[in-house]
Amino acid sequence: MKHTLVALAVLGLGASGAYAQEVVKLGTAAPLTGTQAHLGKDIENGVRLAIEEYNAKGVTLGGKKVKFEVQAEDDQADPKTATTVAQRLADSGVKGVIGHLNSGASIPASRIYNEAGLPQVSPASTNPKLTQQGFKGAFRTIANDVQQGQAIGRYAATKLGKRIALIDDRTAYGQGLADEVDKAVKAAGGTLTGREFTSDKATDFLAILTRIKAQNPDVIVYSGMDTQGGPMLKQIKQLGITAKFITGDGGCTGEIAKLAGDAIGANAFCTQPGLPLDKMPGGKDFNTRFKKRFNTDVQIYAPYSYDATAAIIEAMKAANSSDPAKYGPFISKVHFPGVIGTVAFDAKGDIKDGAVTVYQFKAGKWEAVQ
Amino acid sequence: METLLQQTVNGLVVGSVYALVALGYTMVYGILGLINFAHGDVLMVGALVALEAIRLIQTYAPELGLVPTLLGGLAASVLVCMVLGYTIERTAYRRLRNAPRLAPLITAIGVSFLLQTIAMIIWGRNYHTFPQLVSTTPLEPVAGVFITPVQIAILVVSALLMVALMLLVNKTRLGRAMRATAENHKVASLMGVDTNKIIAATFIIGSALAAVAGVMFSSNYGIAHYAMGFMPGLKAFTAAVLGGIGNLGGAMLGGLVLGLVESIGAGYIEDMSFGFLNSSYQDIFAFMILGIVLIFRPTGLLGERVADRA
Repeated sequence: MKHTLVALAVLGLGASGAYAQEVVKLGTAAPLTGTQAHLGKDIENGVRLAIEEYNAKGVTLGGKKVKFEVQAEDDQADPKTATTVAQRLADSGVKGVIGHLNSGASIPASRIYNEAGLPQVSPASTNPKLTQQGFKGAFRTIANDVQQGQAIGRYAATKLGKRIALIDDRTAYGQGLADEVDKAVKAAGGTLTGREFTSDKATDFLAILTRIKAQNPDVIVYSGMDTQGGPMLKQIKQLGITAKFITGDGGCTGEIAKLAGDAIGANAFCTQPGLPLDKMPGGKDFNTRFKKRFNTDVQIYAPYSYDATAAIIEAMKAANSSDPAKYGPFISKVHFPGVIGTVAFDAKGDIKDGAVTVYQFKAGKWEAVQ
Repeated sequence: METLLQQTVNGLVVGSVYALVALGYTMVYGILGLINFAHGDVLMVGALVALEAIRLIQTYAPELGLVPTLLGGLAASVLVCMVLGYTIERTAYRRLRNAPRLAPLITAIGVSFLLQTIAMIIWGRNYHTFPQLVSTTPLEPVAGVFITPVQIAILVVSALLMVALMLLVNKTRLGRAMRATAENHKVASLMGVDTNKIIAATFIIGSALAAVAGVMFSSNYGIAHYAMGFMPGLKAFTAAVLGGIGNLGGAMLGGLVLGLVESIGAGYIEDMSFGFLNSSYQDIFAFMILGIVLIFRPTGLLGERVADRA
């Protein structure tokens, strides 16, 4: 009797073919308006492309064909809005979230996803705290600031010179990054000639730079934002300091070059988590598909959101279920070749061997050197 | 030794900007007993107006040399700030002249927010690059000390302005009227001094000095930003208190001392405290000196010389 009913049901639904598929909604949240809208849209497009490609290939979970759909929300790069949209996503029954862009949005939102039992994979947030809150569902496909700090310290000590002076701006970001640089410099056999401090509102660095000059370092590592980095470069030149200069992603912008004017040159380096598209294993092919579908270029994050989406779907396939409680534990076990390289997570939820790219200032712009 | 000399030069340059701004605080305080917290923001407006004017000059008269362009920008900025200073006094403070002391103080903070917000609406939140019309490339080092043309210009211009202000206050009719008003409004007005006019003049002169300081600040660091007035304003206020608020000579001395203390403090605090403190205590060091001075000399280094404060 029971069997007959199921058979009837299958027949009835089967009549309308595609509608028999189970719909699985995935959420994505990023700033879709405001000054970072282009980056947010990049994330959303990466998710869309991944979902469309999986749908085209066909995914079967628990014996049923599933169709993935996207629900995209705008967090306006604002922590408060981020929690609102996180709640909206949780309430509307999405099975997993790819987002957010800003650490300041990802971290408060992660609490809500955690309470709702939803896995969250961020394609862009680098603050270490995101994966250190003890939330089982928090992952990221981009290198975090710990990995970046290590990369800066290692590059400075092995490629730029042994004697290193460190300046940080006493913000959560700057200080955290500088602490990692400090450790990595020592691990790579460099010496720290001194550590100086400034603030994220300062404009005059002559006093600390004069002190650094007396220590005669080969490299000055600055851990902070571009708005301080620009004037700092200028004052380094003003004092006749010839040491090389390297800064993290906060200073890895066009803005720093604008503010430093003629004081920036080939002695300036910076780092950015992630790889430039042409250095990613699947980068070229991805770019072609992306351009064909959206008729626009990849900004930065699309490959990361594409792989974040893939990680969720691969975990669902491994668990043979789209139930967050069931497939969630499988995310930490995924291991597949993604666009950005091998996608696999460590115990905390950070991408394993997260790549960090070093750039050098050449001919008026930042150019990847490693 | 080289390092100490370099830190002294650094300190003097920063200190002379502080001194110039501190004069504006101290002049207004001397006459009205009001701490004009919006003064730092007048500096910001000065810098941004100069930036705008220089951009215009560079667009419409690109053949003009570097120095004339800068002077053009400076003139525009001084003019705008004089009008701004007058407007602030006329609209925000004059009506509150006989109100309890707290009312004008809160109003001053309000004016500061207002100026910042207006500047943010006009010029946006981003940092602007201030054109380098005077070179910031260091000259041939003397005794191992690097100094740039713009830093020399700052030292010279502020010294000249301070001397000019001293002459104005001590030797001219306007100066005498200012001193009289500072001593006692009512008596001064009974003696035929138009105190409203004198107070307005004080604001106008102070704002002009702030405009010059703003242009020097931006030329030196190459940036301009809607919130750039806050820190120099706070430091200059500290300098004015350090020197003895209301006292012109005190403001100059206070500015220079503060600049030197900050620079040398940041440079040597770690060695002096055997590694216990470091350069993140740069600002604390400056305020510690302020605290110590005020404990032993509550009226500041030169004291609040009531008789000729102005």
